[in-house]
Amino acid sequence: MLNAVYRLVAPRRFEVAFNNIDLCEDKILVRPTHMSICRADQRYYQGTRPAEILEKKLPMALIHEAVGEVVYDPQGYFAPGNPVVLIPNLPSEYDDIISENYLESSVFRSSGYDGFMQDYISMDKDRVIKLPDSINKSVASFTELSSVSVHAIGRFSSIAHMRRNNVGIWGDGTLGYITAVIFKALFPDTELYIFGTDREKLESFSFAERTFLVQSVPENIRVDHAFECVGGDASQKAVNQIISLIRPEGTIALLGVSEYNVPLNTRLILEKGLRLFGSSRSGRKDFEKIVELYKSSPEIIGHLVNIVGAQIEIRSINDMVTAFETDMRKPMGKTIMIWKK
Amino acid sequence: MVFGVILAGGTGSRMGNFEKPKQFLTIGDRPVIIHTIEKFFVNDKFEKIIVLCPANWISHASGLVKKYIGETKRVVIIEGGSTRNETIMNSINYIEENYGLGDDIVIVTHDSVRPFVTYRIIEENISLAEKYGACDTVIPATDTIVKGENGYISDIPDRRAMYQGQTPQSFKAKKLKELYMSLTETERAILTDAAKIFVMKGEKVYLVEGEVFNIKITYPYDLKVAEALIKGDMDVC
Repeated sequence: MLNAVYRLVAPRRFEVAFNNIDLCEDKILVRPTHMSICRADQRYYQGTRPAEILEKKLPMALIHEAVGEVVYDPQGYFAPGNPVVLIPNLPSEYDDIISENYLESSVFRSSGYDGFMQDYISMDKDRVIKLPDSINKSVASFTELSSVSVHAIGRFSSIAHMRRNNVGIWGDGTLGYITAVIFKALFPDTELYIFGTDREKLESFSFAERTFLVQSVPENIRVDHAFECVGGDASQKAVNQIISLIRPEGTIALLGVSEYNVPLNTRLILEKGLRLFGSSRSGRKDFEKIVELYKSSPEIIGHLVNIVGAQIEIRSINDMVTAFETDMRKPMGKTIMIWKK
Repeated sequence: MVFGVILAGGTGSRMGNFEKPKQFLTIGDRPVIIHTIEKFFVNDKFEKIIVLCPANWISHASGLVKKYIGETKRVVIIEGGSTRNETIMNSINYIEENYGLGDDIVIVTHDSVRPFVTYRIIEENISLAEKYGACDTVIPATDTIVKGENGYISDIPDRRAMYQGQTPQSFKAKKLKELYMSLTETERAILTDAAKIFVMKGEKVYLVEGEVFNIKITYPYDLKVAEALIKGDMDVC
């Protein structure tokens, strides 16, 4: 079946192309309904990735955060119309030690492989998870990002020592907010301290015990463990502030993406005996976990709905450009594309 | 109840020296008609997909469906008529014989040689036909349309109100049949498509926004365009 794929062919330029979906392959056909724009998509759209990366990866359909409805499942695991979330990580092997999102053989949609901006998406059965029928689809559209937080919190839970009286989250943006919401649902007894640069954004963390502007943290503030959700140019300042404020033998989860190498205060890391671990992307079990949390902790949806930004109906390539341009100008939150193309 | 009606009655007389009708030519890795049927087959709203083709191509079409889609009772292949609208009437007769012709039966008629039709176009056709009784898929005209008579321009209509017709065209089947049967032979002779039956009788036909790439493979040039659209992408899913 000929399938329309909307690819970024050059910065700020989308074009339609066609691939073939073989209905005999027993894959599940999904119609995307809601997509969420990620900062990684923006880096391709704006052309801020290094030129050699753009040269290698484009043309490519963007978007790795999406939900949709099952159109066709020849094996009958899903019924037509079932709402589902789509897993963008595509592993080609199983490893009983290494998670699927760290396997070098795995590929990832909208990073060298076509993302979800398509008429239909052909998915393997294990890359699709059913959502509750009544789910808020705009919130569910960024389940992938929420699953990244779940993944990092899961790793924190197995790595960090058990004194967890308070935990700091650096970053008052979208990733920091989602990580904080999910952390609070999973560790309600741990005090949550949020460190950011924008007083207004910090106000939105109403469920956290304390919030701080990074330039005016009181001298006596310390945390047992920390999550870094800053990334970019500010990574260095954020991680080094964490190293300064964290108690000995604390664990630091690094989630923020930086295009550049980040110099760190290794002397203090050594002196305090700190553990730093990286966390990137997620796998099926993280998606399963967040979908369970949507059901068992409905307050998560209640908080996440606050970061739904512009919701733009997509009926043309011009609408796609509008959505990405709108997303560029937003101070915070997620831009949702309601897919009617 | 909704039925897909795939019109594959053409003999391909405009396709140069090709012997096969254009709908049976291959683009990518399979015949054009299979690409088109697949778009309807994956949509569970269709009770059946009725494919109408010339009598001597029915066996071939059946073999292709079995080969590429598999054993299925959802695709039926029957003989088309002498004209486009007679072919559509054959599909309605099939529905009437097997399901009765209730007021709610909708047919989504589509050219077998438009394999690039999208999910949205099909869904909007079903939705608008169910709601209003008739709809037609169109794209805004990009060229100026000129009306000519006796070798001269008689009118140049305002392009902003001009559209190019595509398919699907979708209708309440019973209404379409009633209107068609009420036409005189002279009126039937000037029909170029089914939407005109409604228009001639003063009935509203709603517009569905098509796609520029929802092309009709009519000429050898179109086949080249279709090949170019999918070139290099057939191994990517």
